Amino acid sequence: MKKSILEFWVGLFVLLGLGALGVLAFQVAGGKDFSGSTPSYTVYADFSDIGGLKPNAPVRVSGVLVGRVASIELDPKTYQARVALNINQQYTFSNDVSASILTSGLLGEQYIGLQQGGDPDDLAAGGTITITSSAMVLENLIGKFMTNFTGSKDNKTATEEKTE
Amino acid sequence: MNFIQNIGAKTLAFIQTLGANVLFLIKICCLLPQTLLRPRLTLRQMYFSGVLSVLIIAVSGLFVGMVLGLQGYTQLAKFKSADVLGFMVAASLLRELGPVLAAILFASSAGGAMTSEIGLMKTTEQLEAMNVMAVNPVARVVAPRFWAGVLSMPLLANIFNVAGIYGGYLVGVEWLGLDAGVYWSHMQNNMTWSYDVANGLIKSLCFGMAVALIAVYQGFHCVPTAEGILRASTRTVVSSALTVLALDFILTAFMFVN
Repeated sequence: MKKSILEFWVGLFVLLGLGALGVLAFQVAGGKDFSGSTPSYTVYADFSDIGGLKPNAPVRVSGVLVGRVASIELDPKTYQARVALNINQQYTFSNDVSASILTSGLLGEQYIGLQQGGDPDDLAAGGTITITSSAMVLENLIGKFMTNFTGSKDNKTATEEKTE
Repeated sequence: MNFIQNIGAKTLAFIQTLGANVLFLIKICCLLPQTLLRPRLTLRQMYFSGVLSVLIIAVSGLFVGMVLGLQGYTQLAKFKSADVLGFMVAASLLRELGPVLAAILFASSAGGAMTSEIGLMKTTEQLEAMNVMAVNPVARVVAPRFWAGVLSMPLLANIFNVAGIYGGYLVGVEWLGLDAGVYWSHMQNNMTWSYDVANGLIKSLCFGMAVALIAVYQGFHCVPTAEGILRASTRTVVSSALTVLALDFILTAFMFVN
């Protein structure tokens, strides 16, 4: 085989393979989480129940992705779930920002929604979000609904159930 | 009694082959400087194992993606969640099917050819002749083929993945009428470079090493007869497929289980 033709085809093959990698990185993964991704800082939030929240779950403000859940641990003193959030450097929030665990859609993934507060001081890196609301657990919800339902119908049975 | 003896003998033979393969790998790696001195040998083998496999890899990828799109759409539509089709196609291709199927196709097309080529060289005593001329046959014949396989495999897996994702797009969006924006956005929201793309690349690199090593080992150690070559190339395809599947399980357990 002629020398230059061999090199041409192998070069084309390598280009094709690397081009495919480029498509995978940018078109399929959306260029996300690329090495040298946007710098971020970590803040913490304590929840009494995280439901089905997982590490790497999105953190959103007004529906916009601003960071991801870095890790989830159980605080051995308070027995609350301590969630570490990696927030993109370009966003800062006030000291009284509130965090709640929400679900996207009926069967969607769980994520953390932040709501900006009014405090003029910014939440520093390593700080803790104090105002949190936990995940909605379906069993608790149904339990509440059941007690309310029976309560409105017959107050006596409801109080009996509660005392049990 | 004979049966139990057989099991023992097979186990011993398996461990022996594994050890011999690893030693052969070390021998190839030790000859890396010599391989780098003559890059054209590797380039030539990349043409035969890589470039000539592109078409079969791309076409199979396209069809696998189309089947995923068709099955995925019809099943997901039952649960009113056809939106996640793009993510499902991309995740199954990038994480599992892409690297594994590309490696198995590579083993059956290029791996078998490698084995029979080296086996034929052995049968016609070309390897012996090289030895006589003080040319190391491992450096001259085996190492370039091995490295060509290792380099080609991730590139082929990428091509397979991209063809598959566009195959899924073709069926899901163009044929069954899913919205194109939904197809891509769900995929882009849930796939990440470091987790999915990079792990898939690492997988295909490992598979490339395994398949190329098995192919050159079987060729170099085959019985130098026509039947020996036949058996060796069959063994290459069979043990490559089994090794790739087993290795895939181990790598998945490491990479994708939190």
